[in-house]
Amino acid sequence: MRTKIQYIILIALGIFSASCKKDNYKAPSSTFNGRLVYQGEPVNVSYNDVYFELWEPGWGKSIPINVNVSQDGSFSALLFNAAYKLVIPASQGPFRSIPDKTTNTDTIPLTISGNLQQDIEVMPYYMIRSPKFTAVAKKLTATFSAEKIIKDVNARDIERVFLYVCKTQFVDGRNSIQTADMAGGDIVDPANISLQLDIPDVVPAQPSVFARIGLKIAGVEDMLFSPVQEIAL
Amino acid sequence: MKKSLLYIALCALALNTGCNRDKDFLNVPPSNILQNEQLWNDEGLILSVLADLYDRYPDRQTDVENSPIPSMVVQTIDNWGEFARFDEAFASESGQYWRHSASDYPYVFPGMIVKGGREVTYWDYAYIRELNIFIEKCGASTKLKQEVKDRFVAEARYLRAVVYFEEVKRVGGVPLILQAMEYDYKNDPAYLQHPRAKESEIYDFVISEMDTVKKYVPASPVSKTRVTVGLALATKVRAALYAGSIAKHGAETPQVSLPGGEVGIPVSKANAYYTTALQAAQELIATGSYSLYKKNSDNVTQNFVSLFIDKGSNPEVIFAKDYKLQSGRVQPWTLWSQPRSNAEEQQGGRLNPSLNLVQSFELLDNTFAPLPINASGGGYMYYTDPMDLFANRDPRLAATVMLPGSEFKDKKVDIWAGYIKKDGSIVTGDNFGAKAKLEPNGQDVQVVGFDGPVNNLEFSAQSGFIIRKYMDPTVGSGRIGTQSEVWWIRYRYAEVLLNAAEAAFELGQAGVAAGYINEVRERAGFKTPLTAGQITFDRIVHERKVELAFEGHEFWDMKRWRLAHKVWNGVKTPLTTTPGTATAVSNRVFALWPYKVYDPGSVNNGKYIFKQVLPGAVTSAHLFRMGNYYGYIDDDIRNNNPKIVKNPNQ
Repeated sequence: MRTKIQYIILIALGIFSASCKKDNYKAPSSTFNGRLVYQGEPVNVSYNDVYFELWEPGWGKSIPINVNVSQDGSFSALLFNAAYKLVIPASQGPFRSIPDKTTNTDTIPLTISGNLQQDIEVMPYYMIRSPKFTAVAKKLTATFSAEKIIKDVNARDIERVFLYVCKTQFVDGRNSIQTADMAGGDIVDPANISLQLDIPDVVPAQPSVFARIGLKIAGVEDMLFSPVQEIAL
Repeated sequence: MKKSLLYIALCALALNTGCNRDKDFLNVPPSNILQNEQLWNDEGLILSVLADLYDRYPDRQTDVENSPIPSMVVQTIDNWGEFARFDEAFASESGQYWRHSASDYPYVFPGMIVKGGREVTYWDYAYIRELNIFIEKCGASTKLKQEVKDRFVAEARYLRAVVYFEEVKRVGGVPLILQAMEYDYKNDPAYLQHPRAKESEIYDFVISEMDTVKKYVPASPVSKTRVTVGLALATKVRAALYAGSIAKHGAETPQVSLPGGEVGIPVSKANAYYTTALQAAQELIATGSYSLYKKNSDNVTQNFVSLFIDKGSNPEVIFAKDYKLQSGRVQPWTLWSQPRSNAEEQQGGRLNPSLNLVQSFELLDNTFAPLPINASGGGYMYYTDPMDLFANRDPRLAATVMLPGSEFKDKKVDIWAGYIKKDGSIVTGDNFGAKAKLEPNGQDVQVVGFDGPVNNLEFSAQSGFIIRKYMDPTVGSGRIGTQSEVWWIRYRYAEVLLNAAEAAFELGQAGVAAGYINEVRERAGFKTPLTAGQITFDRIVHERKVELAFEGHEFWDMKRWRLAHKVWNGVKTPLTTTPGTATAVSNRVFALWPYKVYDPGSVNNGKYIFKQVLPGAVTSAHLFRMGNYYGYIDDDIRNNNPKIVKNPNQ
């Protein structure tokens, strides 16, 4: 009996040690970092709304890895070393993707071997230039200029501009505690747009709030934003 | 020894005879499964196959862990939670609060639930295949009477068309497969891969199938659970109206379309679809088989309550899913939402209609107004009876919603959130009928209703209201062991009238539209008919919202009108003050809580005031994205069939 148990233990150990070697793959360890940029300047968007797809050909089934873009236009993905194809779906973001020079399509070939830091150049419909926030006695004024980037047949109008104030640094219409907005048709001079609002009392009180300008482009779902600005109260 | 010899001999003998009949032995017909020739030549057996196919009608709720048939994500009588997905109701159950804290809808929504609770694309080709097999095999049967066979096949064709209708509502055009496909095991499945049809082609298919089905099914309206001429016509009206409105209103959202027409219908087709809808509706109306339910016409509120629970020769019902007590087929609608104060189990109160919906019910003079809770000069309005707040409103309100102070099963519901003192301070408790002191040295008194509302207390009426539509007043309907046999109405005559009104309005025949809409409103209890000039798009939207609330229409209506992304726009917005406006934002569920006034010596002592509140579980505003108009087609489906194109904006 005793020998039998010993055998069982021995065989089990053997199986365990053998299986461990075969089963385990190393976890992905290469990072792919970067930002969505226009001429080196990041394109700010809303959180959890914009993503792009990474496809790795050669497997039986094609299922993309979706990479989310943060508010400041940055992204980061942990990947296996391989050759990927990067696609920004047409419906994503307040911009159009620029055709890749090697493929002449929206597909950007991407080879990951080790960590990679690479920005993705896109063509936004507009850029929010020189945003300025001034708060005097809880009255917040934001001024900025909306520069039209796409001017050809694909050009689109500004539907609305917004000024959001939020309690946290995630600033957009979903979390806004106070919003000022203006219809695109009411903008007199796109180079000098001004929005104003009264910052409401925050409960519980906190030393600062966060503000941001949003720009809705007609017929485009994802909005364009300015960088987040912390406003001391 | 002798005995064992005998056994050996017996065995040998047995083996011997067994060997002789080897051939027959292998040809014994199985006793646990029916063969094709047995099944397809027996009327009774075919009927049971058909009954199973009826049972899988795309509002089914199945036990996905134990059944291979996926369960539908759909608003229906045995899936109360889905009614709280938008702005019609609050879900008062701890496990369902996510419906109010999630902002986005997943792109795959509304799909179907498979094993493990995962929601996948509504892609019901297993069901379509069985319907196709039924149509082929039953059609080839030689021993059935022709008229019986024709009816069976027509019923299966109806169900198949309904599945395609559901597909096109959810994901747009899908491959139109009308034959059971077989794999030839030659390693090349390409011939089984079909591209998506155009969205309009699927609607055309549904419409033309109804014309065929109509010829072979009974004209009598007696059967409410099988296909009749009335049902085929009603389905045709609904399908044509949906297609027409997608063509017309889809023009406002040009990005919701695909170049191949798999999604989106050209605006030029709108009038033809609306004309088809109106003509089919008029054909159904002209048969005279159906009429509005008016059995209790002296009490319009009770009449509208009875309409849904009266199963005895109900003239309004065209098609229903039926239930029967003690048969295993019962539904728990009443069990789930019965008022907690009067519950037959330690649960209930789940589905709480929202203030958004309640204030949408207009006044009897055909005007809209928010509920008058605040006095014009500031301060609250005081009401002796909480029901007075809802006086002179559309009688359908009290029939759809249990209001504070109204009755269910002959007992008043007990909905009030606490006492409000002279200085505005609130005395309340954190449980059903909790007690507290009103004066520092006073006695403990009840300070909150036995139905709540208490914030974040499940089963309490957290919106201040409880659902009444479809609630079964029979004793036992709230018991787990009994439950209810009230049916779920899938098609009823009032919807046909409203469909006809909408089609007529879109065709520029406002007078015709007013006629149909006034029939419905007159039954509801309105004395002043609307004139042709008063029929607007907002009116059409409003009338459907209140007449068809909690009947599973809202989501599809908002989608086909392309209003969903405007009304559920994800931006936290206060409750609208213009409830009659179709585009008014309504993306969070608001509540209305009654408080009793404690102010001894004042005339207002013991009266009620009302406060508009946002339930604690409502932390996000619903966001319906452009990519939600047509559901996501899973990667697996597109891997299996690369001809399937993706839906837009996802």
